[in-house]
Amino acid sequence: MSVLVPTSLDEALLALSVDTDAHLLAGGTDLMVEVNFGHRRPASVITVNRIPELRQWSIDLDASAVRIGAAVTYTELMSSDVATFLPALAEAARTVGSPQIRNAGTVGGNVGTCSPAGDTLPVLAALGASVELTSLAGKRTLPFTEFMVGPKRSARRPDEIVTAVIVPIVDGWQGFAKVGTRNAMVIAVCNAALVADRRAGSVTVAMGSVGPTMMLAPAASRWVEDRIDWDAMRLVGDGDTVDEIVIGFGERCSAAASPIDDHRSTADYRRHAVGVLGARLLRRAFA
Amino acid sequence: MTDSPDAALPSNQYFRLHVNGADHDVADAWIGESLLFVLRERLGFPAAKGACEQGECGSCSVMVDGDLVCSCLVLAASAVGRDIVTVEGLSPDGELTDVQRAFIDAGAVQCGFCTPGLIASVHDLLDRNVDPDEIEIREALSGNICRCTGYGRIVSAVQLAARTRLDGPIGGAGA
Repeated sequence: MSVLVPTSLDEALLALSVDTDAHLLAGGTDLMVEVNFGHRRPASVITVNRIPELRQWSIDLDASAVRIGAAVTYTELMSSDVATFLPALAEAARTVGSPQIRNAGTVGGNVGTCSPAGDTLPVLAALGASVELTSLAGKRTLPFTEFMVGPKRSARRPDEIVTAVIVPIVDGWQGFAKVGTRNAMVIAVCNAALVADRRAGSVTVAMGSVGPTMMLAPAASRWVEDRIDWDAMRLVGDGDTVDEIVIGFGERCSAAASPIDDHRSTADYRRHAVGVLGARLLRRAFA
Repeated sequence: MTDSPDAALPSNQYFRLHVNGADHDVADAWIGESLLFVLRERLGFPAAKGACEQGECGSCSVMVDGDLVCSCLVLAASAVGRDIVTVEGLSPDGELTDVQRAFIDAGAVQCGFCTPGLIASVHDLLDRNVDPDEIEIREALSGNICRCTGYGRIVSAVQLAARTRLDGPIGGAGA
């Protein structure tokens, strides 16, 4: 096993281009668990959290987007200006692990690992974020929903580094919610993000840990979009009460989930709970 | 070359860590060892404790470049050139920090295994927030597991340490 600690992106890309099997290490909160337990012995490790280019974020008001370097930590997402523009991402970051984990773990690591339970992932999916991938051949960006192709599987090529996520700034409401066995230090049984885009007149919900990737619920979205007064940001019935709309939306979120039984929960509970999260977020959005 | 952060470090090559204000050579380590293992087993800093080795319990908390982290999740070789502070480095040898004194005075130590990790977390909290409320204290300590106390006296210790920093020592509260 060898360890390389590059301090520039060019150095990291060059090293990866000649050793595409190298494991990329950001905050270490996923990889080191596997190394400590002997489940993984990478032949080589290239760290990416000492690269200044990846440690920065910037707000581009003309493009109405925030560019977040891959090595920005959860703590920074919670406390920086990013939280003002992307409150759902800050909420999701705050539910990750503990202060110790949030000081180490990074958004690029969450994206790179691509676990269905990753807490920033439903937010990125619901906001229509893109993932920036860089190799010696250049940069490309993929919509997050195309980047993540399965559990811990992404469209990243072996010579590419996740260098940033680019997240649109949305006029409206956004929020994140999560179910786990306690409020801290818990991997999601299920989680969800909801974005109500006032300008587009759209409601997007993305759900995690209830399928192989982030699960969208287009039927739920279409159904509820007809029941919103966008000027007042209120739910309005077609004969339905607000409670009926909220419940109906939650049922349609549950129907869009495709969960499995595993050591953290059951498919039945996840399907139920993610509907509760969808309903709860909808109620908050149009309270 | 081995103390340059740019250096590739093949297995068993030595590297150098900056711990509690001094450089320490790490020889004969496997390059995949965690910072926790290197601190305890190679460098003789036993304050950080190994329990879960997966970032769940906080017993191994240390500061790296001013950030509180679980040393079990830091690849030691990746911490070359960083400023590492363990509980041993928080006060001169043989002396207690104000937070350690508050833990004793409030009865917040039972078996003591989790205590160094908690001390690290409380120093981090009080350095950022001089007057935390109970919810802020509990959130700041949410990554530190204690199986003895039920946390009540730990919260009291944090409040005592904060009050003592703000108001000065309370009469008779400590040596």
